[in-house]
Amino acid sequence: MKLLWPFLIVVLILTFAASILIGQANAPIADSLAALMTGDGPLGRIMQDIRLPRALLGVMVGVSLGLSGAAIQGYLRNPLAEPGIIGISGAASLGAVVSLQTGFAAVFWLALPLSALGSAFLAVLIILALAGPRGGSLTLILAGIAVSALAGALTSLALNLSPNPYATYEIVFWMMGSLADRSMDHVWLALPFCLVGWVMIASLGPALNALSLGEDTAASMGINLTRSRLILIIGVACSVGAVTAVSGAIGFVGLVVPHILRPFVGARPSVLVWASALGGAIMILAADILVRIVLPDGDLKLGVVMALIGAPLFLHLIYKTRGDLQ
Amino acid sequence: MRPSKVITLALALITGASVVEAGPPRVVSMNLCTDQLVMQIADPDQIISLSAMARDEHSSAMRDEARKYAQNTGSAEQIYLTKPDLILAGLYTEKASVNMLQSLGLQVEIFDPEESFDNIRDNIRRMGDLLGHPDRAARMVADFDQRLADLQSGITTRPRAALYGANGYTSGVQSLSHHILTAAGFDNIAQELGLTWGGRIPLERLIVLNPDVVITGRPFRGHSRGEEILRHPALAPFKMAAHTDARWVCGTPLVLDAIQDLQREHPDKRTQ
Repeated sequence: MKLLWPFLIVVLILTFAASILIGQANAPIADSLAALMTGDGPLGRIMQDIRLPRALLGVMVGVSLGLSGAAIQGYLRNPLAEPGIIGISGAASLGAVVSLQTGFAAVFWLALPLSALGSAFLAVLIILALAGPRGGSLTLILAGIAVSALAGALTSLALNLSPNPYATYEIVFWMMGSLADRSMDHVWLALPFCLVGWVMIASLGPALNALSLGEDTAASMGINLTRSRLILIIGVACSVGAVTAVSGAIGFVGLVVPHILRPFVGARPSVLVWASALGGAIMILAADILVRIVLPDGDLKLGVVMALIGAPLFLHLIYKTRGDLQ
Repeated sequence: MRPSKVITLALALITGASVVEAGPPRVVSMNLCTDQLVMQIADPDQIISLSAMARDEHSSAMRDEARKYAQNTGSAEQIYLTKPDLILAGLYTEKASVNMLQSLGLQVEIFDPEESFDNIRDNIRRMGDLLGHPDRAARMVADFDQRLADLQSGITTRPRAALYGANGYTSGVQSLSHHILTAAGFDNIAQELGLTWGGRIPLERLIVLNPDVVITGRPFRGHSRGEEILRHPALAPFKMAAHTDARWVCGTPLVLDAIQDLQREHPDKRTQ
């Protein structure tokens, strides 16, 4: 437990460094780092304009998804809740695609993340309304399937109707997500909303701890449940919406990471939320490195790798919790 | 001989005879590139209809000209009813429609896409023969060669250029784009990579290759992530004002205009 934080931080720094150093252009580590600082020459351009934004975005996506996953799970007291599975990421994708295809994204600077955020907000609202305060697994998963299916279908429709011939091919990107060839512009676009979302979710720590004892106990401890719920909804919509708008819907991060880390934090939700944020960042960076190593010339989607890791665990969790599903 | 064959033969003789009487054949074109060649070679009253793509804002280099003619949707039924003497199609025109028209006894001529300037010359001559204007086609080829030679004179340096399209796709040596680029006095970076047909160059690799210029495609309407790469800040220092556009799509003498535009940014031609 004591060693958890140093461990997570060291691994995060290592994966971040690896993410910056691994890529198409094979250059010695010292040259790469020098080029990163100076920005000189082609290598400098690669380091500063291509690799750095990719790694930063990886951290932002991972923190957002890990944090959101742990917080929703804590609030609903259900280990199956995850932004991707319950349709929040899918809905954010839909918002982003619609605003890009209608041209709304070009109207003003923050139009794209705001659209994704709005759509994600609606999805969280629907899911929480359907799942009820106790977050029954069955309703939660079913509501998630319905929201995901609808969002996916509408995303495909919007892309199919686009006058752009390439748009149809990008259904995979919006459903699977990728960090390839993103630029600093994308980082600046998502960062403000990510920060707001992270702060909001982080402020929920005490409420989540109290909630783990049950709703009545939490209320008797002075936790305002309506207020916590609203903060959770807005925080998750902000952070998941913003990262999905620039990197597509990446699933399973919020499921896998809290599950792995839960035993190390003594199942305390307030601590788990922070550990999951770091763990999520590590997971996304590692998966994104894997994407580049396995198929360096291709465009393997990050979401594909995450689903390969996450789906078996999801099955395992369903198996374990199937008693509660009835 | 079976009766059905006799009838087919008789029909062929009759229709063949009528063509000779009626002068140059009246044509339907089903392909963007044959559309443009037909417009450049045929008499206007020879053209029954062109494909809908001929009016396409993004891909057709003769979209305004094409508005003067009727358009077809490419369906065999519609084309058959307009009773053309000759149908022009591309290699990738819908096979079912082409087979149907052939089985209805119509003459369908299929043109391969042009991948080199020799292909352009051959296709112009073949089109001239088919349309009954071989002399016009011969003049067109001669003009093409003359203007091409003029454009290419005085080029001593050959900057290294990369064609870069959506999703990082580049055109290889066996493509019309490659020949337009090299005729304008640039070396194609795809050649260094040994790309025959073309392929994907990841952004990082492109920057390591450090080309003198990068020529991107003109974006389509609507949004696609595939085209977002063309606005990536890492690409900005290389980018050239010229775009690949509709004139790069088909092998007609219009490629010379594309070459001329491209040369505005060639060091040997810029001063002129």
